[in-house]
Amino acid sequence: MRLEVDITSKTFMSAAGEQHDVIAGAAFSLNAGEAGVLVGPSGCGKSTMLRIISGLDHDFQGRVSRPAGARIGFVFQEPRLLPWRSVEENVHIAAPAADEAKLAALFEILELKAHRNHFPGELSLGLARRVALARAFAVEPELLILDEPLASLDVALAGRLRDEIAVLMQGRSMIALLVTHDVDDAVRLGDRVLLLSPRPARILADLPIRTPRSARGEAEIAAIRADIMRRINGCSGQPDAT
Amino acid sequence: MARLLSFVVFLAIWWIAALFAGDAKLPPPDAVLAVMIAEARSGDLFLHLGATLARVTLAFTLAMALGTAIGYMMGRVRLADRLGDPWLILLLNLPALVVIVLAYIWAGLTEVAAIAAIAINKLPTAVVTLREGARALDAALDEMASVFALPRWSRFRHVVLPQLSPYVAAAARSGLSLVWKIVLVAELLGRPNGVGFEIGVAFQLFDIPLLLAYSLSFAAIVLLIETLLVQPFEARASRWRPRAA
Repeated sequence: MRLEVDITSKTFMSAAGEQHDVIAGAAFSLNAGEAGVLVGPSGCGKSTMLRIISGLDHDFQGRVSRPAGARIGFVFQEPRLLPWRSVEENVHIAAPAADEAKLAALFEILELKAHRNHFPGELSLGLARRVALARAFAVEPELLILDEPLASLDVALAGRLRDEIAVLMQGRSMIALLVTHDVDDAVRLGDRVLLLSPRPARILADLPIRTPRSARGEAEIAAIRADIMRRINGCSGQPDAT
Repeated sequence: MARLLSFVVFLAIWWIAALFAGDAKLPPPDAVLAVMIAEARSGDLFLHLGATLARVTLAFTLAMALGTAIGYMMGRVRLADRLGDPWLILLLNLPALVVIVLAYIWAGLTEVAAIAAIAINKLPTAVVTLREGARALDAALDEMASVFALPRWSRFRHVVLPQLSPYVAAAARSGLSLVWKIVLVAELLGRPNGVGFEIGVAFQLFDIPLLLAYSLSFAAIVLLIETLLVQPFEARASRWRPRAA
């Protein structure tokens, strides 16, 4: 199982009829069990890339090959829950095959046990995100896509949720693709960091992290983070394949 | 409680107005009630109310089903919208009377003609409302359903239908009141029974108590259906909203 992405260009027409280049070239591949993280400035075309990779957007130049018929778990930037269905129903509708034991385990890890019968309108953003995460993991995805899962949460909450995501990713052999603008999150959750340029997006660097996620110490994380920050600040837009 | 009060006020106004207008123009409530009871005893009241109710049910169901399907199509498929729009505008603005008279001329004074004419009158408003609903479907949720590969039925039931239900409720509400109005005209013009027919008879005889007896029984049925069917449906459809407006 392998995800191969080679997007040579993506443009769109604005309502005013102007053509905008969103992606100028992005090629990478991910193996099962590998978590890739796309890191780039806001508005650089990361979400567009995710939409192309998940098959929602076919209007682009290039090629994306997903494992045939792969189950996809997608956590959108906004939770995109069905407001007229309870938390439990939201998860169950997306993952009808998930049994009670699995749902109970997911709700336990994501601290949703008390909220199973609530409607999404009654939840805070942090909780709604958790429901979206539960939904994505409940389908036992072969391809997991997380679009800024920690954005607009306070630092403490984001940290906790990041640890919960790490727990859920542990022991599942899926291809994971995460988008974030936070280098720290990228280093803690990813196995490979793909640095993107400002729009139109190009991949500036492809940085593998060799130490397994669970074995990374704080010192190592800090070192990798510093290295990435240096590249982001130092790079003048030159592609830098590693 | 408030409803009872407003009913009492209505009766009081009627009574006072009857005192001023005189029996010939406006009989007092008790006279009308007496006619109502007499008609109910003979069974005529129920026969005519039943006939009208059956026509309303059939025409309403037909128009809602067709209108929902066509409206959804027109909201989702551009070509369908282009093709259907001129017809829709024509039907929307065609007077009910024209449709009814034409239906009777073409299909004879039959039940089918009456029900079809009523349904055709209600159809375009249902189409317009549901088209708006289909256009307003949330693309974000649509994408979610695509990514998670929801089966067709599950997608319809959990994603599309709840979004359409306020529009269905609105179409049902406005459609029902339209059907109530038109059914009497259709009956007056070409059916041998029903509330509309009885009102026609009362008109020819200038029998105001009879006219009011049927009109008010009819109004009572409408109110009953609103409170027992339409409003509970609306409340259920919007129960997920934190505070229904």
